[in-house]
Amino acid sequence: MLAAILSLGGIGLIAAIILGLAAKKFAVEVDPRELALLDALPGANCGACGYPGCSGFARALAEGRADPADCTPGGKETVAEIARILGVAATSPEPRIAVVLCQGDRNRAADKYRYLGIEDCNAAQKLAEGPKQCPGGCLGLGSCRRVCPFGAIEITPAGLAVISRELCTGCTKCVAVCPREVIRMTPAAAEVHVLCNSHDKGAVVRKYCSIGCIACHICHKAAPQAYVIEDFLARVDYAQGAAAAAAVDKCPTKCIRDFARGYPEGCTFGGGACAAPSDVAA
Amino acid sequence: MTKKYKTFRGGLHPPENKAGSAHKPIEDCPLPAELVIPLSLHVGVPAEVCVAPGEQVLKGQMIGRARGLVSVPVHASTSGEVIAVEPRPHPSGKVLEAVVLRPDGADTPCDRVGEDQVHDWSATELLERIREAGIVGLGGATFPAHIKLSPPPQKPIDVLIINGAECEPYLTADHRLMVEQAEQVVRGSDIFRRVLGAKRVCVGIESNKPDAIQAMRRACTAAGMEVVVLATKYPQGAEKQLIFALTGREVPRGALPMDIGALVQNVGTAAATAEALSSGMPLIERVVTVAGPGVAEAKNLRVRIGTPLAHLVDYCGGIRGNLAKVLVGGPMMGAAQLGLDVPVVPATSGVLLLREEDLVLRPEGPCIRCGRCVQVCPSRLCPTTIAAYARLGRMDEAKDYNAMDCIECGSCSYTCPSAIPLVQSIRHAKASILAQRKKH
Ligand code: SF4
Ligand code: SF4
Ligand code: SF4
Ligand code: SF4
Repeated sequence: MLAAILSLGGIGLIAAIILGLAAKKFAVEVDPRELALLDALPGANCGACGYPGCSGFARALAEGRADPADCTPGGKETVAEIARILGVAATSPEPRIAVVLCQGDRNRAADKYRYLGIEDCNAAQKLAEGPKQCPGGCLGLGSCRRVCPFGAIEITPAGLAVISRELCTGCTKCVAVCPREVIRMTPAAAEVHVLCNSHDKGAVVRKYCSIGCIACHICHKAAPQAYVIEDFLARVDYAQGAAAAAAVDKCPTKCIRDFARGYPEGCTFGGGACAAPSDVAA
Repeated sequence: MTKKYKTFRGGLHPPENKAGSAHKPIEDCPLPAELVIPLSLHVGVPAEVCVAPGEQVLKGQMIGRARGLVSVPVHASTSGEVIAVEPRPHPSGKVLEAVVLRPDGADTPCDRVGEDQVHDWSATELLERIREAGIVGLGGATFPAHIKLSPPPQKPIDVLIINGAECEPYLTADHRLMVEQAEQVVRGSDIFRRVLGAKRVCVGIESNKPDAIQAMRRACTAAGMEVVVLATKYPQGAEKQLIFALTGREVPRGALPMDIGALVQNVGTAAATAEALSSGMPLIERVVTVAGPGVAEAKNLRVRIGTPLAHLVDYCGGIRGNLAKVLVGGPMMGAAQLGLDVPVVPATSGVLLLREEDLVLRPEGPCIRCGRCVQVCPSRLCPTTIAAYARLGRMDEAKDYNAMDCIECGSCSYTCPSAIPLVQSIRHAKASILAQRKKH
C-alpha cells in the first residue's frame, strides 16, 4: 500500500517538475493587450469580423492586422474600447442593421406552387426559382433565422422573416445566406423603409402581391428627396431620408413601413404590439 | 419467383401501373395550333436561334445552330411561320428562350438526304450525321449522342448496352416502341455498334414486358445482338445499375461507364437515330406516354417536339377529376410542372397526371433507424445520414458520406416509413457542393 502511494507520488512529482520546466522554456509571449481586447469583445464568436471567433480577432487587432471597426456586433462602445486599448483613434462607422425588404407573407403574396420540400430557403429556391410568384419576395422558410447568432430574426405565423431592430447587430450573416437578396443592410437610424424587393412592373406585381411596390411614384411626389424609383421599385434614399415618413400613409399598397410605428403584422418584436398602423389605415 | 433474372443490389418494386397504356399502340398526335420549341432541348449549351419572326420554315429545317462542342442543333418540327422568338415556360421550371411556330398544316419537309446511304458511311460520317440530326439521349438525361458515342481511343467500348428496362411506373413509351419498331431499334443499335466498334451488343429488358422481349429477340438474333431479361425492379434502367446487372462490372466512384468499356443508349435514342439517318429527317418527335388517374384515357403518342402538354392531354380526352399534380417523366424521378403550358422536349418520356386524392401527403416523423433507406439505396449510400447533414447545412460532411454518388432515384424517400424527404435533402446537398466547387 505504502509502496504504491510512494511510487505513484514519485511519478507525479517527476512529471510535475518536467512540466514546470517545459512551461518555463516554451512559454509563449502573450501580448497583454490581446487579453484585454478579448475581454472587451462581445464574445459572441459570430465571425462577422472575418476571423475565427473573438480570440482570432483580438490577436489580429493586437498584431495590427485588423480594423477595430470590423466588430460590427460590438457597436460604438466596443469599437471605442478597442481603440482605447490599442491607443488609436476610434473610427466607428455609422451602425447598420439588417432589414427584410418584403411584407408579402402567405396572406398577401401568391405562390406559384405548393412547396413540400425541406424547410430551407436555398433548397426551395432551387425548384423553379422558388415557390413564390414574386421573384424577390421572402420565402419564409427561415434560413436566415437559423444562421443569426443573436436570435434577431423571427418568422411570422404567415411566413415572413422579420428582423428585430434591437437585437440585430449588423453582422450580415443573414444577408449572405438568403437566396433572394431580400435582406439589406441599412443605417440603424433609418426607420422608414420601402418593404418590397420586386422589380416587376406595377401591373405584374398587383397580380401576385397585395402589398408590393407598384412604382406609382406617389411616395416620390410626397417626399421628392427621400425616395428614388429605379427599375419599377421605390427605395428610400437613406442619405436624405429625413422626410420619408411623410409618404408612409400615402402609399396605396402600404408597402412603406415606418418601424417607429411598429413591426409587420404577426411578429412579436416591439412587445407584440404589431398591428401596424399603416395596415389599419387601409 | 420461378426464374432468377439479372439484377443489381438494392432497389424496390413500386406498383407498376402500366396496364393502362402497355397494350395501346402508338398513335400520331395531331399538330397543335402553336408549337413552342425551346432552344435548350438537352443538357449542354443552348442552341443559337437562326430564324426570325415572320420567317417561313419547313419541317426539319434548322432553327437553332449548335454552339460549342456539347451542343446540338434544333429543328422545326413542322412547316409553318415563326411567330416569335421569346422566353417561354420550360419543363425545367424556368422561363427560357424558345421559337414559337404556327404550323401551316401542310407539314412540308425540307430537302432530305434521299436514299438510304447508311451502309456506306464511315464511323466519322455517321457521328457527323448524328450530330446534325440533333440526336440526344431520349432516356431522360438528353446528353448529346455524338459526344457520348466518341469516347477517347484509349478507352475502347467492348459492350454496347441498349436500355429497354423502362423501370419507372406508368411509362410504356419504350415498351411500345420495342413491340412495334423492334427492327428500327436494332438498326439504330447497329449504327452505334459500328461507330464504337463494340464486340457485344446487349439489350436489357425488364421481365414485365414479355411481348417486347419476344419482338426484340426476333429482331436481334439476325443482327447478332443479345436480349437479356432483367428482374422487374426499380431503378433497373439507371445507367450504372443496368451495366452491373448485364455485365457484372461496376463503375468506380467518379468514373464513367466508358472507363470500364461499357456504353448505354436508350431504345428510343436508337430508334430515333435509325430514323434520322435513313430518312434524313432530324429529331423532331418522340414517343410520350400520357398516363395517370388524372387523364381520361392513357395513351402512347408520337408527338412533335414543342407540342404543349395541354394539347396531349386534350387528345387523350382531357383531365379527369381534380388535377393536383403534373409530372414530366415517371412518378419516381419525374419533375413536377407548374402547368400544362410547357412543351414536349426530348426528355419528355411521359406526362403523368395525378388528382388531389392520389397525392399521399404524410406528415414527416423522426428517423426510426429502420435502415430501409440504406437497404434500398442502389448506390449503397446511407441516405438518412447524408440527409441529416444536408439539413443541418453541414455540406462537407454530406460530401464525406458520398452525397455526390446519389443518382437521385428517390427509392429512399419512397420507402421511408417516417416520410422523411431524403432524396430532396440530398439533392440540396449535391447542388450546394457543386456550387461550392465552382467557387474555388
Ligand atoms: S429573408 Fe431570405 S433567408 Fe430569410 S426566410 Fe426570407 S427568403 Fe428565407
Ligand atoms: S439579423 Fe442578420 S445582420 Fe442582424 S444579427 Fe442577425 S444575422 Fe446578423
Ligand atoms: S411584391 Fe414585394 S412585398 Fe410582395 S412578395 Fe414581392 S417583394 Fe414581397
Ligand atoms: S427509411 Fe426513414 S426512418 Fe428508416 S432509417 Fe431511413 S430515414 Fe430513418
